[in-house]
Parts: sequence; structure tokens; C-alpha cells
Amino acid sequence: MHTLSIKALAVGLRSKKFSARELAAHFLKRIEAHDGKLNSYVTVCADSALKEADAADARLARGEGEPLTGIPLAHKDIFCTQGVKTACGSRMLDKFVAPYDATIVARLKRAGMVMRGKANMDEFAMGSSNETSWYGPVKNPWDPTRVPGGSSGGSVAAVAAGLAPVATGTDTGGSIRQPAALTNLTGIKPTYGRVSRYGMIAFASSLDQAGVLGRSAEDCASVLEAMAGFDPMDSTSVDRPVDNYAAALDKPIEGLRIGLPKEYFAEGLAPGARDCVMNAVKKLQELGATVQEISLPNSPLSVPTYYVVAPAEASSNLARFDGVRYGHRAEGVKTLEELYKRSRGEGFGAEVQRRIMIGTYVLSHGYYDAYYLKAQKVRRLIYDDFKRAFQSVDLVLGPTATDVAFKLGAKTDDPVAMYLNDIYTIAANLAGIPAMSLPCGFVDGLPVGMQLMGNYFDESRLLNVAHRYQQATDWHTKLPKGFE
Amino acid sequence: MSRHDNWEAVIGLEVHCQLLTKSKIFSGAPTAYGAEPNTQACAIDLGLPGVLPVLNGEALKMAVKFGLAIDAQIAERCVFARKHYFYPDLPKGYQISQYELPIVSKGHLDVDVDGQVKRVGITRAHMEEDAGKSLHEGFGQQSGIDLNRAGTPLIEIVSEPDIRSAQEAVAYLKKLHQLVVYLGICDGNMQEGSFRCDANVSVRRKGADKFGTRTETKNINSFRFVERAIEFEIERQIEVLESGGKVIQETRLFNPDTGETRTMRSKEEAMDYRYFPDPDLLPVAVGKAEIERIRGAMPELPEAKKQRFVAQYGLPAYDAAVLTGERALADFYERVVQLSAADPKTCANWTTTDLLGVLNKTGKSIERSPVTGEMLAGLIKRIVDKTISGKIAKEVFEAMVAGEGDADAIIKAKGLVQITDESAIVKAIEDVMAKNPGQLADYRSGKDKLFGFFVGQVMKATQGKANPDAVNRLLKEKLK
Repeated sequence: MHTLSIKALAVGLRSKKFSARELAAHFLKRIEAHDGKLNSYVTVCADSALKEADAADARLARGEGEPLTGIPLAHKDIFCTQGVKTACGSRMLDKFVAPYDATIVARLKRAGMVMRGKANMDEFAMGSSNETSWYGPVKNPWDPTRVPGGSSGGSVAAVAAGLAPVATGTDTGGSIRQPAALTNLTGIKPTYGRVSRYGMIAFASSLDQAGVLGRSAEDCASVLEAMAGFDPMDSTSVDRPVDNYAAALDKPIEGLRIGLPKEYFAEGLAPGARDCVMNAVKKLQELGATVQEISLPNSPLSVPTYYVVAPAEASSNLARFDGVRYGHRAEGVKTLEELYKRSRGEGFGAEVQRRIMIGTYVLSHGYYDAYYLKAQKVRRLIYDDFKRAFQSVDLVLGPTATDVAFKLGAKTDDPVAMYLNDIYTIAANLAGIPAMSLPCGFVDGLPVGMQLMGNYFDESRLLNVAHRYQQATDWHTKLPKGFE
Repeated sequence: MSRHDNWEAVIGLEVHCQLLTKSKIFSGAPTAYGAEPNTQACAIDLGLPGVLPVLNGEALKMAVKFGLAIDAQIAERCVFARKHYFYPDLPKGYQISQYELPIVSKGHLDVDVDGQVKRVGITRAHMEEDAGKSLHEGFGQQSGIDLNRAGTPLIEIVSEPDIRSAQEAVAYLKKLHQLVVYLGICDGNMQEGSFRCDANVSVRRKGADKFGTRTETKNINSFRFVERAIEFEIERQIEVLESGGKVIQETRLFNPDTGETRTMRSKEEAMDYRYFPDPDLLPVAVGKAEIERIRGAMPELPEAKKQRFVAQYGLPAYDAAVLTGERALADFYERVVQLSAADPKTCANWTTTDLLGVLNKTGKSIERSPVTGEMLAGLIKRIVDKTISGKIAKEVFEAMVAGEGDADAIIKAKGLVQITDESAIVKAIEDVMAKNPGQLADYRSGKDKLFGFFVGQVMKATQGKANPDAVNRLLKEKLK
């Protein structure tokens, strides 16, 4: 059951091959058997998942189910889930039980999906290796000595190891795409504003976007369609109808114009990864696409721009964690200042503190213009690069990460090396465009992902191209040893 | 006072004005005052993880209304910004405010000071959310936090440093207060903190062109306290400077018990608020059509109403000013004029002298007046149709205040209907003449002053109910 697509699971549920309860129990058994090695879940919903599954079975029995009814999923622990601990990978929220559901959690619940549990993640989504989590690092199912990528590391490890058919994730600078690439999954970060951010614990508000991690574009399409859409509770969500992603999946891609940004294939990209991506390009050409080299000249500015904007917003967003109303509160404090200093000092890990300090610095009086304002201007240039590119191509294709998954601990002492992991993914967040990663080969038994970036609200095209590619290849069907 | 001749005060005021919306500026929680602590704060007001703000359109409209009323520019695009500081009653660790692009800028208010009109510039008015309240009493060693007020919409109205004395400051504040209450955007309740003021004060030698160093005195919540705080600050600064010292730029607090201000924090301790545009809220664009719609729905403003009262009702400027001081009072007066169809000046006299006299004495607002507009009009009608005399009317009015019903009911119950039947009056006159032969002889021999005596006797005999005009006329005939 854990290797079936969502479509196949839905058929199985309707033909009574298995019930939603059996499905939920099956994944629970696999979590119990395998997650000790991976640490992908921080909370497993034992009872509530079975109750939700029973409700799904009842709906299906009445013939009322929707396409996702009875399908289990894991939510990244960044989404508030009513009555269930929502810790965001942080000691700060170790005891925080959310009193409400995030909009996307409520929507998927309404669609009948069964929450199997909450997935581990980098603390407050700050990290590219899932090593900053208060709950310990997540291991890559393809090689447990390696990282799964981050920050949605728990989500990808769970899906790649067959501990959930699909999972939600969030992507601020690559946190869906990079881990997808490192674990042979398909992951999509939609256009900024396509999916509600209400109830998703904010890291960098102008960059954060929720998305899906699954084993195929088809699986991602069905879940994204249920998540997406305008939410009056989020002023930045866009009031525009959601396309029928599933219906567009099979459209032929003849005549598709693909742009390969030369900056994405320059120095820094591992040759093995490069070969995998170029082979994928050839395959897409065979399927009828045309390819041209393009330039995104401001690409080199992405990482420095991001590391001004994201920490600035994070320093502000994380100010609410003060030990006063909820979250970690230091014991034995005597003054208000001590309450703040010690609660935050104890509650936040090193990487989060580093980013709060960077962010506080760039927003401080006398530095704002030189850093934050300047970064916003550069952001505009990056956006203009894409705008220009989309005048001559339909989508931009490149590598997702510079290389395959690295070893646990390899970059934990070098923040800048860690930050450079996201060199290909950050631009899409800065511009707000949709982007996805999908499997395109292996180097030494480790997966490589390619990235597709589309124009605003062109999720449908991204999913269509990814699906056509997956129909013609079998990379995405490969499973890690020991988890088949 | 002589040393004041050498110095000039420079004052600018910042007023926080709570907007009268039903719900909060960024959440759907109610704004009513006085509920049990933390019962009017939702997940958004508490700053829970993951929540997002959504702007209350009513609050925006009210801010635009204010801008139009002070002849200001309404921003085509205004931006919300985060102002950061840590305090337990500030749930998010930042206040959503406006910084570089406020909704309202470059307005002004004309204020009467000693019969002169003074124009005070209003630099800007921006929208922001209120914080909660810290409660330091009743929790032992700890403090309590009440977040009911958190997220209440405010506009902060910042004046230019155009004000030169405590009296001018109070005149400006009163005018501003009258305006926001007129506009229906603020209840104006200063005790509950709906309208509160920070005063920036500096002094300089007369004739100096540069401003002195200023202090800011925070959160003063009555007109009288504003006057006292500013006066104290002016005196204090002059004293510091005359004794060779320097005024320190700082934030001060006013103590109403002592009438003094004291240091709260100095500039060195001043916070770096790290303002930046709030990424959770899109810039707000108020279209021209929307502005015109709001302008079309504006109530008549105090100054215009005053001028209309003079023109339409022929009232003296003083009466018009008193009657338009409050929108509810002006409405009351106009209702009385309309319902009674009587001379507007008579209606004005009854409203400003008799009614306001009673309200002032009992400390009641016009909204809680025991005599309604309908009741006062009913009384005036009975004077006009001569059912009762003006004198009897005072008695009826007092009975209305005492809650004895409307004019007709009281007139009937007390048998106060005026005697207009001339034969009855003639009979009363004849009785009086018969009882007072001495006075009658004196009058007829030329003591004209005794006419008043006879009027009084006739009125007494009729318990004051005789029509005074008829009494006068008939007496003159009979006494000849």
C-alpha cells in the first residue's frame, strides 16, 4: 500500500481492497518499524488518525468521498493543528498545542485526508539539512549517514521511506525543492499568494509559501489543488480561481520552450548532477520541447539578497516568542529583561539566534537603507530577470541543488557553505514565481533533482511538464533500499 | 511671570484617538470597553503562532473621514509598518503602525484662541493598533496582562510645532476632540483612554529662530492635565536654562497627583523601533471614487454648522457656537425648532439657558437629558399658542425635569391653563379694584408706578394663569 500512488489508493479504497482505517494502520506500522532510523515524525497521531480514517470510511461507504478522502498525509510541523502539538522544530514551542487549524490543514481535513502525524523540520524552517531541529536531525532514507535536505526534511524522509504517501512542506528559500531533490521526490512550491499562509508559522512572510511533497507530479497536483485558493484570513493570498491541475497533466508538451539559464550551469554545479539534468533536457526535447540558453544575470545576487530579507523578516516574526503568553519560559527569572533574554536564549537554537541577530542588525537605525532597502531593490532586479526570460520561454529549467545529499555534520560549522545550498532555489522565492523539483537520475546511488520554474500562476504547466517527463522515465519510481 | 516675557514655548501634540469600529483593526474580535480581562482577544490579538492580520475596512474609512475633515491629503497608497519593541502587553513584539506612508498628511485645524483664529498644522495622522494593558496591582509579585484593548484601531494625529502656550494646546485639543466626536469616529471618552495626548514641549528665547531641546510627556488623559503638564514643563525648562543648565531630550510622565512631570527614559535609552513595511499587509490604495463616496457621506462639521445656525436661524454667533459645540446638542436644538415651529431664538434660549443649566447642574450629557427634544418642543408650543405664560412655562419645565411627564400632561394635572377668557380677567380686575380702594385712588391721582401692583394682584388672584397681555390691556382700560 505504501508504494501506491494517490490515485491507486483512492481506487483501492473505493473497490474495498482496503479501508481508510487499514491504510492509516499500515502507515502507523511502518512508522513504528522504520522511523527510529530516520526521525522523520515528531508527533504521530495514533488515535486521531484512526478516528479520521473511520470518518473517511463512513463517507466513502455513503458514496460521498472526495478524491483525497481516506488518504493519509504528514503535515510539516510548521502548520498549526488544533489540539495537536505544533512545535516548528523548536524547543520554544515544545509544549505548544495549537488551538486552531491552519487554513490548509482545515482544507485537507475537509477533503477527507487523514493526518498521520507531524513531520520533523529545521527549527522555524531555518536550515538546509534538517540538522537545526530541537528534535534531532532527520536521516536520508537513501543513505542514513546523509542529510535529507531541509527545512522540510521530515516531510521528505517520511514520503521517500513510505511512511506517508504524501506530505505538506513549506518553501522560503528552497525548503520544499532541495529536500525533494535529495530524496528522489517531486515537490512543488506554488506562486506566492496561491496557498494561504494562515496558520503556517511565519519565518519570512514575503517569501514563505506552502506546497506539497510526493512521489509524482500527479500526486502533488491532486493535493495542491485541494490546498490552494484564496483565503480571506491571509491578505497576501490572491483571489483567483485555482486551475484544474489534474486535468492538464496529460497535455502534450510539443512546442514547449525551455530556457536553460547559463548561470545555473556554471562553476559550483557537480558534474554528475549536471549530466543528470542535461539528460533530462534531452528527454524533454524528445518529447517535443525546444531548448535555448538564457541568462538570469542577477542570479549571483540571490543568496546575499535572501540573507538580508529573510533574517530581517524572521527577526520580526519571531519577536512574539517572548515567554509571556505561550512557549518556553525560563524558570527563576527576577526581571522582565531576564525573562526575555533567558526564555529566548534557551528556547531558540544557534541558527535561529544567528538569523535573529542578522535580521535585527539589518533593520536597525542607520543600516536599514544600506541593507534591507537595497535588498528589496535587488529583489526587483531578480524579478525583472524572470519577467524578461518569460517573454521568450515557457519555463526555466536547471538543477535544484549543486550536488547530491551531503553527510550529516559536513556543513554544520560553516553557515555560509550551508547557505550556498540554496543557490538555485532562492531566486524563485525572491521573485514569487512557482517552482518545482523532480527526480532526474542518480549519482553513486544518490538521487539528483531538476528544477522547473514557471511564470506566475503557471503551476498547471509545471505539473504538466513534470508529469509528461515522469510518464517517459522511471526515476521517480525508484525506492531507497530497506524501505521498499 | 515676568521671565516668561523672555521665553517662548514651542509645543507639538500627538493625539491617540480610538476609532469607533465594532471590531478590531486586524481581527474580528469586538472592541467594547470594560469586558472581563482577555475575553475580547482572539488568536490574532494574542499574537499566536501563524496568525495574520486583515485590515478592517471601517477603520480605514474613518481615517479617511478624519483626513477630509482637516483638509488633508489622503494617500493614494499607504503602507503599514512594524514598530518593534518588547513589552508584555504587546503580543507580537511589534505594533502594526504606519511609518513612511501614512494615510493622512498635511492637514490643519483652525482654533479660536482669545477671539483670534489660529491655524495649527497637522503633519500626519496614521493608523495603528493599540496595545493591551499591564495590570500591576492585585497579582502579588507578578503583573497581569489584559489583551482586550490589543488591536483596537487608533489614529495617531501629529500636529506641527505650531502651538505656543498651554492654553493654545488645550484649545487645539478641544477642537480636535469636538471634531472626532462630530465625525462619529471616536467616542471621545478620555477617562477610558479613547482620546489621549502626548505633549512635545521646548522653550527658546524670544526671537530665536531655532527650536530648543524638547521633551515628550506621555499619555495625558484630560484637558486639565494637558494644561498643567505643559505649564509645568515650560516652567521647569525655563528654570533649567536660566540656571545655566541644559534641557535633556527625554520622555517624561505626568503625575496628576503632584502636577509634575518626571523622567521616564532618556534619549540614550530610546528604542530603535526597526520599522519596516509589514509583509503580511499589502499597501492600501484608496481610490478617488472611494474618497468621494466618503466625502459625500460626511456629516456637517462644527464650523459649517455654526455658520448655518447664524444664517438659517438668525442666532447670535455666541448661541450658535454653544449649540454646535456638540453634534448631539445641535441635533437636539434643530429638532426642537422643527417640532415647535416656534421662533428659533426662543428655542435657543430654552435650550442653552434652561436645558443646559439643568444638564450642567446634574452632570448629564445631552443624550441622557430627562427632557427630550420632543418634550421641550411641546412646552414651547404651549407658550406660542398662549395656553401657558412664559412664567408658568418655567414651572412646567421643572416638573418635566422631575419626571412628571410631558408639558400637556403637567399643564392638565396642575390646572395651569392660561386664562384667556376676558370676562374672567375683567372680573378679577374688578375684585382687585374693590379690595384696594386706597391704591386705586392714588393711581388715579397720578401714581403710575402702582400699575405694577395691580398687575401683580390680578396675577395672584388668578394663580398666575391670566394671560399677561390681556391683563395689561384690560387693566389699563379699567383703571382709567
